Amino acid sequence: MGQITLKQVTKSFGDVQVIPPLDLTIEDGEFTVFVGPSGCGKSTLLRLIAGLEDITTGHIEIDGKDATDVVPAKRGLAMVFQSYALYPHMSVRKNIAFPLKMAGMDKAEIDKRIANAASVLNLTDYLDRRPGQLSGGQRQRVAIGRAIVREPAAFLFDEPLSNLDAALRVGMRLEISELHERLKTTMIYVTHDQVEAMTMADKIVVLRAGHIEQVGSPLELYHKPRNEFVAGFIGSPKMNIFGGVEAQKYGGVKAGIRPEHIDVSMTEGTWKGKVGVAEHLGSDTFIHVHDTGLDDMITVRITGDISVRHGDTIYLTPQLDQMHKFDAQGLRIA
Amino acid sequence: MARAVSPRRKLINTGLAWAIGLLIFFPILWTILTSFKTEAQAIASPPLFLGFDWTLENYGVVMERSDYGRFLMNSIIIAGGSTILGLIVAVPAAWSMAFVPSRRTKDILLWMLSTKMLPAVGVLYPIYLLFIQLGLLDSRAGLVIVMMLINLPIIVWMLYTYFREIPVEILEAARMDGATLKEEVLYILTPMAVPGIASTMLLNFILAWNEAFWTLNLTAVDAAPLTAFIASYSSPEGLFFAKLSAASTMAIAPILILGWFSQKQLVRGLTFGAVK
Amino acid sequence: MATKASRSAARLMMAPAVILLLGWMLVPLIMTLWFSFRTYLPLRGGDQGWTGFDNYVRFVSSSAFWPAVQTTLLIVLGVLVITVCLGILLAILLDQPMWGQGVVRILVIAPFFVMPTVSALVWKNMFMDPVNGLLAHLWRFFGAEPVSWLSDASLQSIIMIVSWQWLPFATLILLTAIQSLDSEQLEAAEMDGAPVLKRFFYIILPHLSRAITIVILIQTIFLLAIFAEIFVTTGGAFGTRTLSYLIFQRVLESQNVGLGSAGGVYAIILANIVAIFLMRIVGKNLDT
Repeated sequence: MGQITLKQVTKSFGDVQVIPPLDLTIEDGEFTVFVGPSGCGKSTLLRLIAGLEDITTGHIEIDGKDATDVVPAKRGLAMVFQSYALYPHMSVRKNIAFPLKMAGMDKAEIDKRIANAASVLNLTDYLDRRPGQLSGGQRQRVAIGRAIVREPAAFLFDEPLSNLDAALRVGMRLEISELHERLKTTMIYVTHDQVEAMTMADKIVVLRAGHIEQVGSPLELYHKPRNEFVAGFIGSPKMNIFGGVEAQKYGGVKAGIRPEHIDVSMTEGTWKGKVGVAEHLGSDTFIHVHDTGLDDMITVRITGDISVRHGDTIYLTPQLDQMHKFDAQGLRIA
Repeated sequence: MARAVSPRRKLINTGLAWAIGLLIFFPILWTILTSFKTEAQAIASPPLFLGFDWTLENYGVVMERSDYGRFLMNSIIIAGGSTILGLIVAVPAAWSMAFVPSRRTKDILLWMLSTKMLPAVGVLYPIYLLFIQLGLLDSRAGLVIVMMLINLPIIVWMLYTYFREIPVEILEAARMDGATLKEEVLYILTPMAVPGIASTMLLNFILAWNEAFWTLNLTAVDAAPLTAFIASYSSPEGLFFAKLSAASTMAIAPILILGWFSQKQLVRGLTFGAVK
Repeated sequence: MATKASRSAARLMMAPAVILLLGWMLVPLIMTLWFSFRTYLPLRGGDQGWTGFDNYVRFVSSSAFWPAVQTTLLIVLGVLVITVCLGILLAILLDQPMWGQGVVRILVIAPFFVMPTVSALVWKNMFMDPVNGLLAHLWRFFGAEPVSWLSDASLQSIIMIVSWQWLPFATLILLTAIQSLDSEQLEAAEMDGAPVLKRFFYIILPHLSRAITIVILIQTIFLLAIFAEIFVTTGGAFGTRTLSYLIFQRVLESQNVGLGSAGGVYAIILANIVAIFLMRIVGKNLDT
């Protein structure tokens, strides 16, 4: 069980309110990702749930029970920290055993759980090493191991992959997703990387300056961003957003079109522009097009390879059914 | 900064550094050497360097005459007791300042350090009076308390600088793992802080061992430590060089050895983390 | 950043240290202030009542006061100049590549571990004794007349002894600072064609400024309170009576507690002036 409900939660540091009144429910078994630019309050929100910070006003309920004043140790939550926060003076085995020892579990049960976690996480050969002797990915696994042996009501991840190199990050992302499939435990995952959010989440919570901008499944956010901020934040490369007369043609104060929803032609199209930089990824090509008459440069994503050169004239045509329109407040026009 | 230099330059550096090092160390070396001479050889002219009859006689005489054991015991008890007592008071204080800082933490730390600057002589008589009133004059307990108090600011400071180097996330992890405050301090913080605590202990042991204002003024016979033991040699026994040397060697040897083993940690502690 | 529970626990854990130090500071301080306004002669009639600022006036107007202040300042300044200058040179030397660096460092640091009473006695008798001292032998070897160090050059002798004790401290802190100097900076200066002396004045010295300040301030605190070295060597005679020692004599030797306490208040004020500077600098370093 692991349903977490936040009711009118606020957090202030001194006079500065970093989380304005906020309501949110995370269902049992859900993989929820808090995403947003740095300083948006996503880590603070996670720490409020963990109990590492006091909430200023409001309530937090875990499985329907008020947990607002419960100390972190008694909330039944496990956390994986950005720096892993392994105990450097303990072996891997002792690190993983620590929460169980604190819970007063008997030795046989502890050994059984450690063996189990170690085999799941490929740590069996490393149990007697110190954290200092492990690679970044292995340390990450130990941190996760320490979290799963407790069989917590929910896992909290605070940017757990940001200290890993790109290749490892993709691998760990899959491992965490698989872990969630197997355990079916509630997971709350904080990241600033929208790719992690899109690939892992059941539900994404987009935050900006402590406000929830939108809550929804990855595809909802992709297809129906509630406002201009979410539209720009979710998706890579970023959505092209433009205003002015061109936007009015499509029925909004501003309009947006994702790079992958623009058709390219060398002969005719809605917008005519000049090729700037073309990034060839092999599977895709990103072309940055200038002088289209829109506010900004337009990025286009084409599947496969295309041979264009700097300064070539190119014609772009947006797919009309994929056009996003926003009003003067930046809210989506349905 | 191991830059490549010519062997000649390295040779010159080595020679110069060794010469200066030995010159600085010479008074200590000379004292140790003299302690093994006879009194006649100790004042021989010209002075004898190594060509003398090594003897342990002086140590025997010093031990016999002035109950070295008791002075040594007093030094150990006063320095050790005050250090341990100081740690007991300082560890929780430094913990809370390092990990639960408030806006006033810095002020409190600075204020603590400022008490260290209170000139001892300015408050000597009041302390003297209080000690008489409380029956603490010339008692080990009294000196343990005074040494603890004068070194407490330094202990708190050193521990604070060491504790601050421990990442907060690790303590939070312990809290999430279900550790109570007591378990957190016992199983996580203390083991991680052991190197820092050890060097704090060492420095304070040395400072208390060598302290020579309160130990001279608040003791007479029963609680007198080695600083007083040596001061009693100021005259006329000071003219017996060999015995003076033996007594001096006995007074400084424990600390010299302790200090050499821990010099690296001591430097860090001494700078209050202000020089990296 | 923490929770309410841990914050109140923190306050509780800080309490013993704060209360102890507060007591240690306030109780004697108030007593000293109280005595300083009274005629108090423990062996000659005890507490004879209120005298206002008499003690303060008498302490300053005594013929011993200004010489004592002068002696104090001379010792502090003399030791500071010697330890800082030699300390910088020694630190630079020790930073150079050489064989047996660790051993040399141990030799240099050793005087710091010698208790003040021992170093004062050893210097007084075995080195500075005008008949049998090693320095007398050395002087005679060169055909010179041995010097009666502690009576004819008493202040210089004390400064020498104390400098020997504090040179290791200065050297070690300055060495630590030099070792933290980014060697690329020096290499860049070398590439730019800066000669050795210019590199010292424009790069090394500015880099050391913080460490030098710390050495000066910490040593000042200890040097102002210097006691054993004088107690054991000259007993305050031959112009070596510092302010601290003067107060000590007033209180313990002539048993004039009122007068001594007024002197104590002066010493406290002097120390606080120094302390304010130190606090500023150490406080700044706290932020980084």
